Amino acid sequence: MNDMLIAIVLSGFLAALAAPALYHFFPRWAGRLCPLLPLALFACLLTVAGQVSAGTPLIFSLPWIPSLGISFSLYLDGLGLLFALLVTGIGFLVFLYTPAYMGNDVRLGRLTGWLFAFMAAMLGTTLAGNLITMFVFWELTGICSYMLIGFDHEQEEARRAALQALLVTGIGGLALLAGFILLGNISGTMELAELLGRGDIVRAHPLYLPALMLVLAGAFTKSAQFPFHFWLPSAMAAPTPVSAYLHSATMVKLGIYLLARFSPVLGDTEAWVYLVVMTGGITMLTGGVTALLHNDLKQILAWSTVSALGTLTLLLGLGTPAATTAAMVFLLVHALYKSSLFLAAGAVDHGTGTRDITRLGDLARIMPWVAAGAGLAALSMAGLPPLAGFIAKELLYEANLQSPLAPLAVTVVAVLSNSLAVAAAVLAAYIPFFSKNSVHDLHPHHVEIGLWLPVLLPALLGLLIGLFPGQVGAWLVTPAVTVISTGASPVQLALWHGFNPVLLLSMATLGTGLVIAALRGPLLRKLSEAGNIRMGVAERLYGIFFSRLQGFASKLTLTIQGGLLRNYLMIVVGVTVCLVGFTFLTGSGELPASLPRPDGGIHEWLTAGVILAGAVMAMVTRSRLAAVAAIGTVGYGVALIYILFGAPDLAMTQFCIETLSIILFVLVLHRLPQFALLSNRATRVRDLVVALSIGGLMTLLVLMTVSQPLSSHISTWFLEQSLPAGHGRNVVNVILVDFRALDTLGEITVLAVAALGVYGLLKKRHKEEG
Amino acid sequence: MQSLILSTTIRLLMPLLLMFSVFLLLRGHNEPGGGFVGGLVAAAAFALYSLAHGAEAGRKMLRIEPRLLVAAGLMTALVSGMLPFITGQPFLTSLWSKLPMPIIGHAGSPLLFDAGVYLVVAGMSLLIIFSLMEE
Repeated sequence: MNDMLIAIVLSGFLAALAAPALYHFFPRWAGRLCPLLPLALFACLLTVAGQVSAGTPLIFSLPWIPSLGISFSLYLDGLGLLFALLVTGIGFLVFLYTPAYMGNDVRLGRLTGWLFAFMAAMLGTTLAGNLITMFVFWELTGICSYMLIGFDHEQEEARRAALQALLVTGIGGLALLAGFILLGNISGTMELAELLGRGDIVRAHPLYLPALMLVLAGAFTKSAQFPFHFWLPSAMAAPTPVSAYLHSATMVKLGIYLLARFSPVLGDTEAWVYLVVMTGGITMLTGGVTALLHNDLKQILAWSTVSALGTLTLLLGLGTPAATTAAMVFLLVHALYKSSLFLAAGAVDHGTGTRDITRLGDLARIMPWVAAGAGLAALSMAGLPPLAGFIAKELLYEANLQSPLAPLAVTVVAVLSNSLAVAAAVLAAYIPFFSKNSVHDLHPHHVEIGLWLPVLLPALLGLLIGLFPGQVGAWLVTPAVTVISTGASPVQLALWHGFNPVLLLSMATLGTGLVIAALRGPLLRKLSEAGNIRMGVAERLYGIFFSRLQGFASKLTLTIQGGLLRNYLMIVVGVTVCLVGFTFLTGSGELPASLPRPDGGIHEWLTAGVILAGAVMAMVTRSRLAAVAAIGTVGYGVALIYILFGAPDLAMTQFCIETLSIILFVLVLHRLPQFALLSNRATRVRDLVVALSIGGLMTLLVLMTVSQPLSSHISTWFLEQSLPAGHGRNVVNVILVDFRALDTLGEITVLAVAALGVYGLLKKRHKEEG
Repeated sequence: MQSLILSTTIRLLMPLLLMFSVFLLLRGHNEPGGGFVGGLVAAAAFALYSLAHGAEAGRKMLRIEPRLLVAAGLMTALVSGMLPFITGQPFLTSLWSKLPMPIIGHAGSPLLFDAGVYLVVAGMSLLIIFSLMEE
């Protein structure tokens, strides 16, 4: 049973690999087959829903890095179930919709593959039972999001938006990793199941605040909370199914998931309530207001998503059982109506070629089913009975009125942003589908079933939930809420709560919203007369920071990598001499009292003489060929020394290297200009100092090493183990290919990369010249 | 730059040098030698041939792109390290056959690894030499 969890997570990754091939070979069937996987996963999750809702989480665990307490574990409880059902359910709609939306685009297979990978990463994050497992999947969702936003990679706008999203959420992800490590150190466990019971230890720890801030940074960046909200509207450069799936229904809710998941551990403190509620409140209003400033359907929906994410954050910040219930219900309801509206926006774009609401209208005649779905979804968004949105709004107001922190202010903010949402709903569904604007110049055409069914399904589901709230409450919401706030009483969802202050607030919201929607047009005209609507401060700051960073990087590169080999050499040698020399002067190492006398015969002296003569020759000669030959002499002399002192392997290699380098020299030599003496006296003296300092340093090092007794056990161990353990008598080679094979693997990888670098440089020159 | 002496000599030396390089590789585990020096000798053989007959002829003699040699070598080394996964042992654990073989003694996965090193070194040297020659 628990093995099912790993199958649920991994199947998506396998499908991601298979999807492009499937679309390539069976283009006709692929579009019909792909939605079956999320549907099957959805059904799988439903089969265990009963057990999980009853309070028995499913746990799967594989050891990964046991020494660090890291395991690959999965954990399915009420909260995870709610999210996993959302991911697979909305996923089913999106996979149904994508082939119809993309048409005959050859990139459909690639898009589907990335969507599968994203779905799997989402499932992994929400089902993760270990902090590190969760982090890995969390980052995978970010990478998938990067690839999907930048799907139209030939457009600069898409590339920029993708990079922006990746950088903002990536920085948050790093903060999250640090937060997770802190949490692990504080509580002594990386396992979620154990961590959830240790909230008191964490909250009492002096490092609680840093851990909280880091985790919140991760959650806020992912869920586009103020001031990191700007990446989400930019991410609308992605194809519409991607926006519907990642950037409204699922991925941006991961931050909410994180808040919900860790509120039993981190929540319920003053710092938590203030930080989370304030951020949520500001985001709610910013998103709500900005949504109305746009005319692009997708931008309106994106900004209203930012607002909705703010609402969810605010509710989780309040942390009362009522607020948690409201958050979970709103999460579900928002995912349903927002995905429906996004998919409807895509259908409109597909049918008319524009998403500008000033040019759209009266589309209900041409695409009636899309209009029906979008209309229902918008009613839910506006919070009208008997749709699910109404229940969510009632719960929201109830929670706000009972807020432990400034109930009046919180309620006002909520009413205001919900009114803005009503206005946004009017813009997103009423204007394009039911207003009397003429659209004949756009030549709108009918849309096929693949485009309207995914719009209609979630909208109808929203209606069903509104009509039968009790069952949904018991099956889905209660199990999630009990995980988040322990001691919450079972949730009784109902459509009708009687005449009470909450109902009054709902009616006030609707009225205000309609007024705002009616006033928006004239107001916007005045605003645009007064000047262009400016980009947000946060986004401008990001832009400035980004261009400055790039400017700084290129300046730094120009300074350090000037392109003069002698400068590089001087820096490398200088740093080495300074650092090692410093250690010499301050360290405990002593020079030997008496120099060890060479005990060799005349042949050793001769070899040394040859090497010295070669070096001097290389320095003073005025012929390049002679210099190369002289350096070669030095190399062969060194090889001779290896032979004399019993290192045939080294000697052989040295001989080969010398031979090959002479060949290389000869190859490039005739391409160089005539030999000329360009250096003056001062530079020659400087070069002499550099050369002498590194030479002297190396001599000192060697003298010191040989004067101290070698106390290394490792070399004797190698000598002893070479034959019995390594099956080889050549110890050097056994070390290279067996004992230290990992090092060798690294070295040959470096060699390969270096070769590619040389190849690239030479080929590039070749092309430029030719 | 045609030299009759060099081109005649290298024609005779080439097979010898290549055989010697493989010999170095195979006996490396017990006697001086190994994949690194073997690869260098092989590269030297092709480099000398190219000096005598030009880079074009050298490439023809090699038949495979040096880049592919580098890639194949890295893959060989990696695969030899991953073989022990089959029996559930850690990465790069050496596997040995029980049968003694001539020249190399026991055959084992380190020899495969060394062959990977041989290919990478030879490929890398030739990649640079050919690129420079064609400059």
